[in-house]
Amino acid sequence: MLTATYAVLFYLAAAVLVLGLVARAVRYARTPAPLRVPTTPAPTSRGGAAVRVAGEVALFTSLFRSNKWIWLFGWLFHVALLLVLLRHLRYFLEPIPQWVVWIQPFGVYAAYALAGALLALWARRLLIDRIRYISTASDHLALALLLAIGLTGLAIKHFQPTDIVAVKAFFLGLMRLDWQPLPADPLLLTHLALVAVLMAVFPFSKLLHAVGVLFSPSRNQPDNPRERRHVAPWAAALERDQR
Amino acid sequence: MSQDAFDAPPLSQRPEGLEVPSARPGRSAESRSHRAGAEHQEALGFPSDIPDDWQDRALARMEELLARNRSLRVYLDACVHCGACADKCHFYLGTGDPRNMPVGRQDLMRDVYRRHFTPAGRSFPALVRGRELTWDVLEEWFTYFHQCTQCRRCSVFCPYGIDTAEISMAAREILDATGLGQKYTNEIIGKVHKVGNNLGLPKPALEDTVEGLEEDLKDETGHDIRIPVDEVGADVLLITPSADFFAEPHVDGLMGYAKVFHQAGLSWTLSSYASEAANFAMFMGSYEHMKRIAERIRKAALDLEVKRIVVGECGHAWRVAYSFWNTLAGIGQGADADDEYARALQDQLDRRYPVPQHICEMTRDLVERGAIELDPEANAHHGGVTFHDSCNVARASRMGGYAGGQLEIPRQLLRASVPHFHEMADGTTGDATFCCGGGGGLLTDEVMELRVRGAYPRASALGEVMERQGVQKMAAICAICKTQFAKVLPYYGIPRETVISLHELVGNAVRLDRTEA
Ligand code: SF4
Ligand code: SF4
Repeated sequence: MLTATYAVLFYLAAAVLVLGLVARAVRYARTPAPLRVPTTPAPTSRGGAAVRVAGEVALFTSLFRSNKWIWLFGWLFHVALLLVLLRHLRYFLEPIPQWVVWIQPFGVYAAYALAGALLALWARRLLIDRIRYISTASDHLALALLLAIGLTGLAIKHFQPTDIVAVKAFFLGLMRLDWQPLPADPLLLTHLALVAVLMAVFPFSKLLHAVGVLFSPSRNQPDNPRERRHVAPWAAALERDQR
Repeated sequence: MSQDAFDAPPLSQRPEGLEVPSARPGRSAESRSHRAGAEHQEALGFPSDIPDDWQDRALARMEELLARNRSLRVYLDACVHCGACADKCHFYLGTGDPRNMPVGRQDLMRDVYRRHFTPAGRSFPALVRGRELTWDVLEEWFTYFHQCTQCRRCSVFCPYGIDTAEISMAAREILDATGLGQKYTNEIIGKVHKVGNNLGLPKPALEDTVEGLEEDLKDETGHDIRIPVDEVGADVLLITPSADFFAEPHVDGLMGYAKVFHQAGLSWTLSSYASEAANFAMFMGSYEHMKRIAERIRKAALDLEVKRIVVGECGHAWRVAYSFWNTLAGIGQGADADDEYARALQDQLDRRYPVPQHICEMTRDLVERGAIELDPEANAHHGGVTFHDSCNVARASRMGGYAGGQLEIPRQLLRASVPHFHEMADGTTGDATFCCGGGGGLLTDEVMELRVRGAYPRASALGEVMERQGVQKMAAICAICKTQFAKVLPYYGIPRETVISLHELVGNAVRLDRTEA
């Protein structure tokens, strides 16, 4: 029963996550950007614009210019999250690639960094009056959810080690459509349930910034409006009607 | 509001690291633009009164805009409320009203977007602070979306490039559709549509004015420097903000352009049909009205059979010209072979020059080619000079063939025209420049307190460089900046004459020794 519940939960969460994100990306891609609006100085070529976006994704370049503390905690959080996710690949890959084995210890340090960065970001949200002013309940909940996932993960590691062979069998089973029993440790179940919630709310929340950053016209457009004529489909129709 | 109803904040001694005020909700709520009357609404095809179904209309308009403008949708979704933009807006720094934090301003629309257009907001409004679009909310929109100069400084610093200007433009479109237009902007757009310029200056008045200016030029220089109007077959069509025809210090800039044209021996003309570079339709986000205004310029260029189009000193006008003209009216290069509409003009124009070209690009090229010579000593009496980057030039356009030319080319001209050039503090120039506080359709007296407070970061940087380096003049290349500074700097104890047109300095420095043909 437990195994089935979690299996269904994860299938649903994964479906919502993937379909939700794809739907958003398609919607963004299909919505025309009628005018050239890169924030200048901007690269004049497509390749240059791609590098600019890559810099935003990997290094948070604008945020770095903007606010060193938010940059530090925000970047630390995201890199730590990436490492932790990569560490978890061992539950999904058989055989485990050597590099995944190699990063295992870093994944653990990263989990601490992740929790620390989240606490720091939350403290900012609570203590600085202008950030408190803009915060919504969902902003706090997103932090709480991520922190709870990180802390339950650390607690499993340190206080209630679970049968990781069985956990791996469960996830491999999910992927092979051949369900295997999930250990019934309360911490593990909490951890997994929270992860499923995170996956499911992702496409409906501000976590969408992960997709949005790729589609931001002020960052991804090359600066070439004098050299090329860009006309959105609806604007072209307008022009035709006029004549 | 009278001159004495408020005090300007004391200038900061540390303009590179201004103190961030703590949030004081409602601090700036009293600075409200006047509503457009029926006449000004109707002239633009907007409802003249508030229709009964205003809420449906507003939401319908919003849905339309979400479907036709990617920035709006992405920007409303992507914000993580990190607060990195909060202290980047001159209006927040000057007023402390949290609705003047870029994210606070965006949230006015985002909260409504969540409530009406997202599953999370429809089902759990309290969780994501979804807000019903009530009349009070719409009134708040009117107030605070008309406290944004659309300067894009926030966009530079946001990790996702979220540009509050895009959101305030969309908000104003929605307000217009519900009958809540802003008087200043809408009235002016009506004039351009009708007469061809923001002032409503008809052709005879324009001709009179430039005749007077030609006489002034003769008296000043002894040369017959012309300011031609409607000369068919001239090489260059100059499109300049109409403020250049009469306002101070703008008009000295216009005379500067005339000196450059004269000395370089270029044949040029103004157009009485398109006697305005400004395009206030950008401020209210209207593609249709922006296009209509841009098309006057296309028509003038075709009718006058010119080879080049040059744009005078104006920030938002240069943004529209550089970034949007090609899209809106085919004024540019690179249109497809089957794009007859754009080709009609593009095939007429000389491909060797960028279309459109900024007056600073043109003058810089003339200097580089040796067609004109500049003597900085001619401006020695001005003492030190600094330069104010206009937002729309710095963050929404380009000059020259490379990224950042819009920051360098005006400086190259200044350095060649004045003996002592000094930069203002780091973090207040280039693409991080602080707005003058009067752009985006806010150059109207009823929001004077806001305008003064919005100028606080720039005034602080200017005051500091005046003290530190003995600077006496601040050159600008924007008609709105010039008007705004001349008006608000005195509130900070800085003389209004401090602001000067870049081309006034260039004009003083040009050696006028061309032998008349
Ligand atoms: S565009 Fe400029 S005025 Fe508007 S919110 Fe951003 S920084 Fe402020
Ligand atoms: S910097 Fe960007 S993401 Fe952060 S609060 Fe401002 S608009 Fe939102």
